[in-house]
Parts: sequence; C-alpha cells; structure tokens
Amino acid sequence: MTDIIAPDSRPLLELKQLEKRFVLDKGFLETLKLRRGRIVRERRAVHAVNDVSLSVARGEALCVVGESGCGKSTVARLVAGLLTPSGGEILYDGARTDNRSRAGMMPLRKKMQMIFQNPYASLNPRMTIRQALEEPMHYHNPAMSRAEVRDKVAEVMRTVGVDPSWSMRYPHEFSGGQRQRIAIARALTVDPEFIIADEPISALDVSIQAQVLNLMLEAKEQRGLTYLFITHDLSVVEHFGTRVAVLYLGTLCELADTRTLFENPKHPYTRALLSAVPQLSDDHPKHIRLKGEIPTPINLPQGCPFYSRCTYANDRCRVERPLPVQKPDGSAVACHAVEEDRLDG
Amino acid sequence: MSSLSTNEIPASRWSRIWNSKMGHSFRGNPVAVVSLAIFLVIAFGAIFAPLIAPFDPYDPGQIDIMNSEYPPIWIEGADPQFLFGTDDQGRDLWSTILYGTRLSLMIGLCAVALQAVLGISIGLLAGYIGGRLDSLLMRLADIQLSFSTLMVAIIFLAVTQAMFGSETFNQYAIYFLIAVIGVAEWPQYARTVRATVLAEKKKEYVDSARVLGFGPMRIMVRHILPNSLSPIFVISTVQVANAIISEASLSFLGLGMPPSQPSLGSLISSGFDYIFSGSWWITAIPGVVLVVLVLVINLLGDWMRDVLNPKLYKG
Repeated sequence: MTDIIAPDSRPLLELKQLEKRFVLDKGFLETLKLRRGRIVRERRAVHAVNDVSLSVARGEALCVVGESGCGKSTVARLVAGLLTPSGGEILYDGARTDNRSRAGMMPLRKKMQMIFQNPYASLNPRMTIRQALEEPMHYHNPAMSRAEVRDKVAEVMRTVGVDPSWSMRYPHEFSGGQRQRIAIARALTVDPEFIIADEPISALDVSIQAQVLNLMLEAKEQRGLTYLFITHDLSVVEHFGTRVAVLYLGTLCELADTRTLFENPKHPYTRALLSAVPQLSDDHPKHIRLKGEIPTPINLPQGCPFYSRCTYANDRCRVERPLPVQKPDGSAVACHAVEEDRLDG
Repeated sequence: MSSLSTNEIPASRWSRIWNSKMGHSFRGNPVAVVSLAIFLVIAFGAIFAPLIAPFDPYDPGQIDIMNSEYPPIWIEGADPQFLFGTDDQGRDLWSTILYGTRLSLMIGLCAVALQAVLGISIGLLAGYIGGRLDSLLMRLADIQLSFSTLMVAIIFLAVTQAMFGSETFNQYAIYFLIAVIGVAEWPQYARTVRATVLAEKKKEYVDSARVLGFGPMRIMVRHILPNSLSPIFVISTVQVANAIISEASLSFLGLGMPPSQPSLGSLISSGFDYIFSGSWWITAIPGVVLVVLVLVINLLGDWMRDVLNPKLYKG
C-alpha cells in the first residue's frame, strides 16, 4: 500500500455505514401496543439495510448477491436516489449524494442510470419506443436539434440490437428480451458512466438472459461503464462480476474478488450459498443444508444476523455483531468464526 | 428481417381505432351501437339547431302568443307549422327543444370539463405527492361530498340570484350553472384519479422516469396521467349525464336557465303548469328527450367501463 492516492484510485461510489429502515407504525395511534396488559408506545421498523460499507472502483462490476428480502434492491434504490437513507453516507466520485435535492441530483442523473428488474413494467406503456428514448435526450440536452436526437437514438438502438425502424411501436409489441434491450438503450441515451442494474435478467427467459448479459458486457467494454449489479443468480456473478458482495438480512457478510470468493469462500453463509449452485459433475451433491428460520428484519438479533442458522455459532456470535475484517487475499469477512479460525478445525 | 417487419402498410388512425379491442367490443355490442347512434343524432341536432330549427325561439318577433298551446301534429286541432306543437308562449316546441338540448349539452360538457380540470389536477397532486397534502385534499373532498350537489347548487344559485337580481342572473345563468355544477362534483374525479395514481406510481416506469431526473410535473402529466385515462373516460361519461340531470333539476326548480332561454329542464318546468289543462306535450316531449339523452350517455358509460375495466364485478 502506498500513501499516494492517484486520482483514478478514488472509488467511483462509496457507501459508508449505509442504513435504511422502513417505519411500519406510522402515526401516533399505530405506535400504541398492548404488551402484558399494558399500553406501551412502540415504533416498529423493518431494518432493510444495516451498516453496509462498500466501494465500487471505476470500471469494475460489483455484484451484490443474497436471498430474497436481504436488502439488495434497497441498496440499489438508495444509490439511485429513489430512497433516502436513514443513516450513513453515499458518496459518488467523492461527493455526497444522499442529502441532495432533486435539482442537486440533476448533474448526476446523466452519469448514473438504472436498469430495472421487470421490463414489462419499466417502460411506459403509452409511449412509443422513440418517445421513450428521445425524451431523456431532449430533457438533458436541450440544445440538441431534433435530427441530432433522432440520429443518436437510432445509433443507441443499433448498439443494443433493436432495429430503429421499430421505433414507432409501443412496448407491448415487443418480447421481454427486446424490452430489456430497449430499457438498456434508454439508460444509455444520456451517456452514463455508472449503471445500477437491479436484477436485470431475472424476469427473462433463460435463453435470453445470456444475450442481455453479453449486451451489458459489450456496453461495459465500449463505453467504459461501471456496474452495480444486483442479482440472486450466482452463475451470473461468476460470468459478470469483478467483485462480489454477499448480503444477509441487510448486513454485509463477505466482500471479495469474484475468483477469490468462488475458489475460497470464507463466510459460512457464502459457503452455503455456493454449495447450492447445481454442478453438472455432481453425483453426490454436498449441499450445506441451512437449518432454522431467517430472523425477521423487524426484530434483528443482537449478535450476528446469521447466528440462528449457522453451524459454527457460539456464545460470542449470539451477543456480539461481527464486523468485516480484511483478509490477506483482499476479501473482507464479517464472521467471528473466520476471525478466530475455528471453521475448518 | 427488416423486410418482414416493415412490409405492413401503416394503418390510418381511424382503422386502428376500428380494429382495436375497443372497436371490436363496440361492434359486438348492439346496445352501445344504438346508444352512440342516438347520441350522435341528438348531438347533431343540438349543434346544428340554428340550421335545423324552423323558428328561432330566442327571437320575440317570431313568437305569437296567439299560437300558444297547439298540440303536436298527430293530434287533432294541430297547426301543421308546429311539429311538436307549441308551448304556453306560442313558441314552436321542436325548435325550442333543439335549442334547449344545445344548452343542456353545453352546460353538461363544460361543467364536466371544469370538474375534470379541478379533479384531475387535485387527484394527481394528492396521489403523487402524498403525505400531508394528500390528507388535506382528501379531507376537503370528503367535506365537499358530504354536501349534496343539489343543496350546494341551490344555495349558491339562490344567493347569487338575490345578490345580482333576476335580470343579471338570467343573463349569466349559464356560467353560474357551469361553475356550480363543475365545482360541486370535483371530488368524484379527484378520488378516482388519486386511486389510479397510487397504483401507477409504484410501477417501475415511474421509478425509471425519476432516475432519468424528470421533474414531478413532467412525471405526473406525461407519464402517469396517460396511463390513468381509462377510469377518467368512464367517469366522464357518467358525469356528463349527471351534470345534465343536475342542470335540469336546477332549471326545473327555477334556479337555472330563464324561460326566455329555456334548457330542457326549464322547458319541462314551464310546461308543468299546464299539464292538468291538457297540454301534456310541453312537459312530456322535452322530458322524453332528456331521459333518452341521459340514458344513452349512461349506457355508453356502462359499456366503456366494461371494456376498460374487465376486472370490475358486474352485479
């Protein structure tokens, strides 16, 4: 490690102790509860994201994985500015973004775009493809003439493999894969440098998934994009990601380079996740069976969130929350058992 | 590949509408077809009243009191000049009905336009912005709805009549009617629009518009509103019928259009005094026109609701 920080080494995106709680009991009356014959005031909240810190370097594709309900999409929406965090900071290119007004976010909107999970819902059904693609371009480049915008849209459509002669059609006339291409094209119209992809292929047919994924990789090569890629599909991670962050119950378990993570998973949860990926060569699959229930994100356990399902858990895990610890191979793992080196023993 | 996809002839707007789902269902529904035909006939008569009507009921020079209370031509003792007979002042009833329908339709449409402008903007704001503004606007709507439309209208019109005097009131009666009917019923629109906006704003295309940096006005007007149009269409047809009825009721009560410029309601009302002296047609014929007009609009509204909202329970 050197002390001189080159301008390029500054992370493009940095999350610092990011937290998001969704308050369940809104209003005074809802906070009143009856407990043991007594009326108490209690405000419950879903702890969707707890104390997540990570950074995305320029040009990389950081994948965020985890089971459903672990807060992956919430992270994506927080970064995109669709939600405001309850705590922590989001820094984009060194500048805080989480406390900005809509006008303050405007310059970022051209740099940061989002691709959504469901291509059937993410395109306005009453707008033709041309309208949908031209609108952001007109909006962000008021100086551009009509003809320029039209040419640019046609060019973007060609890069995503959608024939520009289809541009007068409505989204319902396209298949799911084509729609997702159009959604990608819409994100690319403003020439972003950073793309948040919230499970962009999970609503697609398996045969189409690879096409869309390759399209996104191509766009990455050609335009030098940086991705924050949310997914629950580990095979996609292996194909797409440069680094992986594993989330469990809104908490970061493990953050490592893709290769390191797949070759040498350290956190017990990561191991269980990876063992669940079906292998062709498997005659005797050695799945790690997770027992027990996921705790509700309303009443988070005091210690390690994975405590209730972990085979290595001890008393320390029950009371003390593990913090991510840097390992020699560059990965960061939040686990007492890994820290104390009692996993393989 | 492109030759496959581009060899179709670009369809004209009319044939697109004709071949759409709505057009198809329209052709398969005789009630809707007949209703629209009748409505178009009435609307045509109303729009071209000055050309069709044999007399001008607003021109006192063409009215002769000696012609009063002639029966329609199929009854003995009729004057062949007057198709539906004459009213108590000697006006040709056919011409007066044409002009009256014109007034009724105009008041109905303008009042609904006013309701729509108020209701849609309030509904959009309440639904999209939410929070306190939503609570405030919806409570206002509740308060407005707890007064009956007619009660508000009667009080307002009676007060204005007393304030400005009959002369001025009669001159501007049409504007007062539009204003009071328009303002009294905005909550219908506001609630419907708010409900659809709440459903639409959770969809991902709204999120994507926000990520693209579009402002709330643009998202509301260009993205959410076009997707909330179908309930607005449905409610509009029903509200036109309601507005026409409200206008007729108010005119019948003497708070609407003056006898010198009668709408359907005031015609019915003016004939009411003569119904027991045998001149039933002065009330009955405009009454039938009013009922038919409102009925076909409601039937069209019903059909539209069935087409645009198939999930609705049809009891």
